[in-house]
Amino acid sequence: MIASARTILRKDLLIELRTKESVPAMVLFSITVCVLFHFGRDRDSLDGALAAGVLWVTLLLAAVIGVSRLFAAEREQGGIDGLLLAPVDRTSLFVAKAAALFVFLTLVELVAVPAFGLLLLGPGLGSAFPELLAVLALGNLGVAAVGALVAALAAETRAHELIVPLLLLPLLVPVLIACAQATEPLFRQEAVAEDLGRWLGLLSLYDVVFVLLSVAVFDFLLED
Amino acid sequence: MAAIELERLERRYGERVALGGVSVRVEEGQTLAVLGGNGAGKTTLLRVLAGLLRPHGGSARVLGAALPDERWKLPAQVGYLGHEPLLYRELSGLENLRYHADLHGVAHSRLAPLLAELSIEDRADEPVRDLSRGLVQRFAIARAVLHDPPLLLLDEPRANLDPAAAELAEPLIGRSSGRTRVLVSHDMRGALDESDVALGLKNGRPVPVDEDLYR
Repeated sequence: MIASARTILRKDLLIELRTKESVPAMVLFSITVCVLFHFGRDRDSLDGALAAGVLWVTLLLAAVIGVSRLFAAEREQGGIDGLLLAPVDRTSLFVAKAAALFVFLTLVELVAVPAFGLLLLGPGLGSAFPELLAVLALGNLGVAAVGALVAALAAETRAHELIVPLLLLPLLVPVLIACAQATEPLFRQEAVAEDLGRWLGLLSLYDVVFVLLSVAVFDFLLED
Repeated sequence: MAAIELERLERRYGERVALGGVSVRVEEGQTLAVLGGNGAGKTTLLRVLAGLLRPHGGSARVLGAALPDERWKLPAQVGYLGHEPLLYRELSGLENLRYHADLHGVAHSRLAPLLAELSIEDRADEPVRDLSRGLVQRFAIARAVLHDPPLLLLDEPRANLDPAAAELAEPLIGRSSGRTRVLVSHDMRGALDESDVALGLKNGRPVPVDEDLYR
């Protein structure tokens, strides 16, 4: 299963590298939102809960773009048939797609988070950076698991670009709450890692539940 | 043992019956020609035999696997060549074949002779999107047979191939391959010449194979 997941992931990353369809669009969207907030707000800079909320809503909306395109090559070029005709565990497709989305989100954050710090954040990122990395990693894992599931569900429907945000965003509300709550103390003027353990624990629990749930139901999503 | 045994096979799309009452038996090494006009149910039949579509009625047994319950047994044994080449346009032909070889657990060393056999080794590094339809079809043939399947499901396999290319493909997908084949074609005469069993379809129902088939 791991070997075939690695094969599918390598193919997905190679296609993204050649087409540059998902990651650049996600990055551009994130930076555009930061710029819009930068010019649209009536405050000099953001901090605390407002800053955390703006960052996470921006990242989750950018994730919608990635999830919408996650099965594009499979949908448009018959890749799902190719996979179903190969003697591979279908779970490997879920693992590969979730891993690809995780990589895409990480690449987006490499640009979007510094841009957010530069354009919007008052306190600066420096002192709370290690804690922020942990929140980003767990948040990405949750988004990747749910995103791969929703992308597979929407892949064979005609209105997949409508279905993805309608299904994805409500399912990501717990991730948004936990990530924003965990990030809020880190974005205060005096950054502290208050209640970080509790929120990271909740995020980890969410991640485990959705990874297990996705593995359990993914096979059925690929049935005709 | 029969390679394919269908008994009153049925498949619907919603309320519409795409296949109904299809019964046929194909022995190992034989070729079944499936003939019929557009929308007759030929591609649906191939997809059911490949395990890509679930039958809704009757019984279907392919290489000993009862469908749909045992369709997990099929992928390693079936080579499917449909309307879509199942190749990624942004990858080269060779990258596509390596990808499918990895999924099937086939050694990459098998690919070079296959490319040479189809005379596409010089074009193997070009992206599929830049290749002509005929060349794409040759790579699709290589994909379909790279795991050396005993059963080939072929939907217009010589579409877009020039006579020389069709000749190159013959040992891989033709009668001389020795494999059991299901061959969908609009060329009635050609298909009948290279088949042992023939199935005519009209509106998803079996009909006699004669001149009225396309009327």
